[in-house]
Amino acid sequence: MSFLKISNLRKSYGALEILKDINLEIEEGGFLVLVGPSGCGKSTLLNTIAGLEPITSGDIAIDGRSVAGLHPSKRDIAMVFQSYALYPNMTVAGNIAFGMEIRGVPKEERDRAIKQVADMLQIGHLLDRKPGQLSGGQRQRVAMGRALVRDPKLFLFDEPLSNLDAKLRVDMRTEIKRLHHRMKTTIVYVTHDQIEAMTLASKIAVLKDGVLQQFGSPSEIYNNPANTFVADFMGSPAMNLLKGRVEGNGTGLAVSLARHEAEPLVLAVPHAPGNLSAYAGKEVIFGIRPEALTDPDGADRNARTVAEGDCLIEVVEPAGADTFAVTNLGGKEIVARLRADVPIAAGQTARLAFNLDKAVFFDPASQLRIA
Amino acid sequence: MSAQSPDNIISHGRLTRALIYAALILFAVFYLLPLYVMLVNSLKPLEEIRQGGMLNLPKVWTVEPWLSAWSTAQIGVQPTGLRPFFINSILMVVPAVAISTVIGALNGYVLTKWQFRGSNIFFGLLLLSCFIPFQIVLIPMARILGMLGLAGSLWGLILVHVVYGIGFTTLYFRNYYENFPTELVRAAQIDGASFFQIFYRILLPSSGPIIVVSVIWQFTNIWNDFLFGASFSGAATTPMTVALNNLVSSSTGVKEYNVHFAGAILAALPTLIVYIVSGRYFVRGLMSGAVKG
Repeated sequence: MSFLKISNLRKSYGALEILKDINLEIEEGGFLVLVGPSGCGKSTLLNTIAGLEPITSGDIAIDGRSVAGLHPSKRDIAMVFQSYALYPNMTVAGNIAFGMEIRGVPKEERDRAIKQVADMLQIGHLLDRKPGQLSGGQRQRVAMGRALVRDPKLFLFDEPLSNLDAKLRVDMRTEIKRLHHRMKTTIVYVTHDQIEAMTLASKIAVLKDGVLQQFGSPSEIYNNPANTFVADFMGSPAMNLLKGRVEGNGTGLAVSLARHEAEPLVLAVPHAPGNLSAYAGKEVIFGIRPEALTDPDGADRNARTVAEGDCLIEVVEPAGADTFAVTNLGGKEIVARLRADVPIAAGQTARLAFNLDKAVFFDPASQLRIA
Repeated sequence: MSAQSPDNIISHGRLTRALIYAALILFAVFYLLPLYVMLVNSLKPLEEIRQGGMLNLPKVWTVEPWLSAWSTAQIGVQPTGLRPFFINSILMVVPAVAISTVIGALNGYVLTKWQFRGSNIFFGLLLLSCFIPFQIVLIPMARILGMLGLAGSLWGLILVHVVYGIGFTTLYFRNYYENFPTELVRAAQIDGASFFQIFYRILLPSSGPIIVVSVIWQFTNIWNDFLFGASFSGAATTPMTVALNNLVSSSTGVKEYNVHFAGAILAALPTLIVYIVSGRYFVRGLMSGAVKG
């Protein structure tokens, strides 16, 4: 039974439709990440779950109870805001206890709850300070403490890490994950950072222009993107998406990729998805992630199909752990991820291995994946 | 805000410095001259003023004119001094300032954090009220006060000043709260705080500077107002400004210039005190929002 269920949710401001028929659900203890570029409606979706913005139609149910139309404070949720939204005139302790104070919880109980949360987040020494005297990371902790102390059914996070510097962001990310593990609470988390989405989520919902593009586990989203938008958005460096032509050679299928100043590269695809045969003789979009495009020795040994081909290397970018090589295939710049110490130079031809198990194909017109 | 870098556009050469200070002092003297004239002449006996020499210090120092202006000078028909009218002004200014500031703050809160359909038009109309000349509303206002049974009363005057002040106070508070993070209001909503709880627990504690601006502005305007005071007050509710005019322009007897000067200073004193006490907040409040602090 799903714990949070969003069904046929629509939200519009006048004639402008922000959210278009969203359907999502997550089990208890799950970690749902809403991800997408700015303006895709992910924060609006979170606000409708919180009750901060009314919905136009559809329903939101938390733990089997419809909350559409309920006041935010009646939904048994807690929210961590992007700006942390700490009350500037109150101390840390006052911030954490404000909700309880409003609900009329007795002082001793409040103090006990503050202490418990402060211990968990290691902010005990900050309780008497004002938010203005705290660093970004400390504010973040206090904001989380304020949410934790409510012990709600559902936690909502609105880009909580985007105001932190890069290193602290990684630390806090781990901390949120650890906290989730320990508390076993259900979380809905908004971010535009696809790495945050991949690392934290048990389920990811990718949104674009108010439309749910794909909803699934991180590995589903990563390995089987529903369309070119999801393929391009998730993963860094992004998936290579290039034009190719499907050729049926009697026994099986192959994909032909245009090469710069050379014969096209033809890769046999024996384990092609079922519907690909319908595209024989037609153009498709061929998608392959940089880590599936390697030097031959670095290719995945367990892969069923690895094809090799010579490509002219245009740029070499050593990144320490890996070396990225840029080549030109299908009229586009393609990034390959090679082992760090591969002897390779720009302007020369190198042999690259294509792990075709990981390759995906998209219909050029609809941009949808060919299954 | 506190630690400003010493580099600014003006160079710090000594000559430049001296010139700047010379100019500043010159202007300060120019602007303080009337106050000086009032002050020295209010401390002179009347004969000394008659001999001329307005800028001279008194040969004989006396506080007699001050005492007279305060409690015995002839104002209208009664020799009451300015004291009862001073009290009238205080009784009028304090509630008028308080009420208009509170309403302005609530308006600003609603217009920024609880926007409704047409709230911008509503704000525009309120703003428009800042530009309506006093004279236009005299007769309709007199009608309304009469209908309400408030004509000639202190509460009538308070109502007039509150109505006229709301435009300004709303403008101040709306612009101030416009920059107040909406996420704080949302966080408080999730915490279960009500409309008024959010207002006085979250917004009001952060509104110090703009409250000071509103109070100074309203206090100065209402205290110094003459037209409404002269039009709508009764014999027992005449404010200080009107009484001062009655004192100065009384046509019977000799003109006691020293008493007039003392009375004028007495009339200006409260606004001066308010400004001196909270002036630095005034500038800070007016600037807030203009520059990110």
